[in-house]
Amino acid sequence: MNTPTSTPILSLKNVVKHFDISGGLLEKLHFTDGRLGLQSTIVQAVNGVDFDILEGETLSVVGESGCGKSTLARCVVGLHKPNSGEIYFRGERIDHLNPKAMMPYRARMQMVFQDPYSSLNPRMTVQKTLEEPLKFHNPGIRNGEIKDRIDEVMEQVGVDPLWALRYPHEFSGGQRQRVSIARALMVDPAFIVADEPISALDVSVQAQILNLLMETQAKRGLSYMFISHDLSVVRHISNRVAVMYLGKLCELTDSESLYNTPRHPYTKALLSAIPQLGVKKSHIRLKGEVPSPINLPTGCIFHGRCPYADERCIREIPEVRDCGTGIVACHRVEEGSL
Amino acid sequence: MEPILDIKNLDVKFALRTGTVTAIDNLSLSLAKGERLGIVGESGAGKSVMGFSIINLIRKPGYIANGSIYFRGEEISRYSEEEIRAIRGNRISTIFQDPMMALNPVLTIGTQMTEAILAHMDMTQEEAERIALEKLAKVHIPAPEKRLNQYPHEFSGGMRQRIIIAISLLTDPDLIIADEPTTALDVTIQAEIMDLLIELCESEGMSLILITHDLGVVSEVTERIAVMYAGRVIETGPTEAIIKNPQHPYTQGLLKALPESRTPGEPLYQIPGMMPTLTDIPPGCAFNPRCPMRGEICITKRPEAAFADEHTGHMAACHLVSGDLAS
Amino acid sequence: MKQSLENFKDSYLFYSFKRDKIAMISFAILLVLVVVSFSAPLIAPYNPYDAETIDILNSELPPAWMDGGSTQFLMGTDQQGRDLLSTMIYGMRLSVLIGLGAVVLQAFIGISVGLIAGYIGGWLDNFLMRLADIQLSFATMMVAILISAIFQTVFGSSRYNELAVPLLVVVIGIAEWPQYARTVRASVLGEKGKEYVEAARVVGLSSTRIMFRHILPNTMSSVLVISTVQVANAIMSEAALSFLGLGMPVNRPSLGSLINAGFEYIFSGAWWITLFPGIFLVLLVLVINLLGDWLRDVLNPKLYKG
Repeated sequence: MNTPTSTPILSLKNVVKHFDISGGLLEKLHFTDGRLGLQSTIVQAVNGVDFDILEGETLSVVGESGCGKSTLARCVVGLHKPNSGEIYFRGERIDHLNPKAMMPYRARMQMVFQDPYSSLNPRMTVQKTLEEPLKFHNPGIRNGEIKDRIDEVMEQVGVDPLWALRYPHEFSGGQRQRVSIARALMVDPAFIVADEPISALDVSVQAQILNLLMETQAKRGLSYMFISHDLSVVRHISNRVAVMYLGKLCELTDSESLYNTPRHPYTKALLSAIPQLGVKKSHIRLKGEVPSPINLPTGCIFHGRCPYADERCIREIPEVRDCGTGIVACHRVEEGSL
Repeated sequence: MEPILDIKNLDVKFALRTGTVTAIDNLSLSLAKGERLGIVGESGAGKSVMGFSIINLIRKPGYIANGSIYFRGEEISRYSEEEIRAIRGNRISTIFQDPMMALNPVLTIGTQMTEAILAHMDMTQEEAERIALEKLAKVHIPAPEKRLNQYPHEFSGGMRQRIIIAISLLTDPDLIIADEPTTALDVTIQAEIMDLLIELCESEGMSLILITHDLGVVSEVTERIAVMYAGRVIETGPTEAIIKNPQHPYTQGLLKALPESRTPGEPLYQIPGMMPTLTDIPPGCAFNPRCPMRGEICITKRPEAAFADEHTGHMAACHLVSGDLAS
Repeated sequence: MKQSLENFKDSYLFYSFKRDKIAMISFAILLVLVVVSFSAPLIAPYNPYDAETIDILNSELPPAWMDGGSTQFLMGTDQQGRDLLSTMIYGMRLSVLIGLGAVVLQAFIGISVGLIAGYIGGWLDNFLMRLADIQLSFATMMVAILISAIFQTVFGSSRYNELAVPLLVVVIGIAEWPQYARTVRASVLGEKGKEYVEAARVVGLSSTRIMFRHILPNTMSSVLVISTVQVANAIMSEAALSFLGLGMPVNRPSLGSLINAGFEYIFSGAWWITLFPGIFLVLLVLVINLLGDWLRDVLNPKLYKG
């Protein structure tokens, strides 16, 4: 793990991302109170997230499916435009830029994806896949230089450069993920968003890819935003961890405090659910199910499942507050009863 | 005690256009009544093929080439399709990874459940519905009467997996084979399903074969583990013994590679190399090219399963354990 | 080159081709038909376009093996005294040419529309797909009848005879592009969600480049499959139009116009003028469709049999 500095490389300010899934005009038509009107169905994927990622640190975002962590990651790298809020990269606002103005930042931020089978174009050789971003961001680069760079990066991620002319289907899942990481490294980024990069891999291959990610970070001074649902992996590689639930931040703190003294009731439930080797433990049972992101609950979004929820939690949205080691959004923690 | 399932020297082969490959190689396993057994291995280890072969669901070009499978004392590996159908979905139930695949999206849960019962048992529609309700309640589905008339898409992923489990319980089977039942689910829901599986096995006296790659899950749910590598069982024994004191270098490597085994930030242990494909399994011990403790004998002679602890039944197929190779 | 030949020999495509007798026979027949028709000037015993070699006294001679047949004309002659075999070979060349040309045009329009509709989405997708629906609701025949009728009245029939081939290509091409547009759009929608496309966007590549360099090559297998069916369809459409007198003129007959021409004489006993071109047409379309079926089975991963 790197020792991070205290200057942020990336800042999120109240980022909101909603998707309109209502489809065409006809599907929007609804009768309400005897009157015909238009009604949109909106998925509220990310609902006001604030945090900084520091230079050289690994910040992990954890949560269950549908919590908005992948959407947030895609907002950061500019695959989605946030509906509101701001994203800053090294102090410069980037979320509202047009594609041309965004170009210099594209080379500084890259992404590694989850599925090693679909993240590489099956019709392109590894060499083509790797040289494309380089040529695109450095027009007029000499062929010899491209070749040297590909060799260097392939060696660094542990794929034999002699295999550059092969197609993705000739590689195993782990090797493909290495190629995927190589593609991200080709443009020499400072910041990488990794969206579940190891969850599709076997245990022994997971270790290899995690080691590669940590090694690369140390060598190049990279910062990572690491998206995962695997809490034991997250603990291993992160400086700080953000827990998300239904598009909101529940808790963000340094990784050791999160694992040793979780504050938010949802974090506690999440941690108790991880199976641990050789330990038969009891799990915290949550009531009910994750509500739909189309109709968010009032007040604290977790109140319907929280064992400690009371009337205030139903009414009032908890603010994100400093709790010493990090930040927590919970009325009970704020009142000191948890 | 008489084992409920006893697999002896099972070979499963696949006739491919490039030649015949062995997917399961001389596998022997037995399972007592009420026991929960975990089959652990990485992708390509043959663990799913093994699960399928028990219920004769191996698709062509795969076939059982050798060996026998005794279920409640009967040899079922040579059963015809019709004979096996009386067992499959009746005495042996299966649960798969993706609950949506196993449910028909255009039929209500109630219809699917009663159909499954009536296919195996001679009873009236009302009786079948009563059983369906009873089983839904058993997997803790709230308001089961209402749920019977709903369609699969009206349920969340965790609920669907509960319904699949309820369906697998309909005929009060002796054995449930669960192939990665929690892999597609979130951790909190995974925890609920694991608790449910343990509870059901204990209350109904069922046996469970849990096929998974997740060592954490097997260590919580099962009492005994079989570790598979390249189509072979390389280590078997009580769950605790294997997790705490693994004997085979592959099992040791697998456990050491987990992030839990190191302080955060340190490099993780890596098993060198890759799992061999079925077409080029090395001679001798299949793990020998990747093994840090390899000796001359590992390349020439295939290790037999040997006791590491005769008392608990902890065995490993390794020359180090049998004493053929000095450590 | 040698390497890619080796790769092809090892491929699943070649393997399943070798195991599929119907595909092999179809391919052999198609190859013979195409080679013969394209080397028509070298192979055909006569040149049916050369008025000097045609003698009206030879008209309606039966095939060589029948009474009154001449060994000069193996399959007999038509009503104008042209050698039927030669006319058919030349006619088949025209049919194949028009079929291929129409499919190239269909593919060009359809792939562009499908790619843009699928990738850009939104109102543009709606607009283009409704346009395709409208196009499909006009039967090919109707479009063809309309266009050729207008053309013939405006430019006169002698001009029409000169431009018949490109005109038919355009007519059939325009009438059937929606098939391509729909297929391509469907596979673009499948590819668009894949992570390699997101990766290309993260790099900053433009939409055009992503569409043509990344997505298009991955939709090619479905394009290939429908192309075979479309070639057969286009040949059939051309034959139908010519049969109705809206296609190739009598002095440059395609298989369809030959069938049409002979149809008038079928009851006066000269059945061969209709039957032989008919058999060739059916054979040509059948083998293309059989090959298309085989290709679809092989390229469809859902039906992949290891």
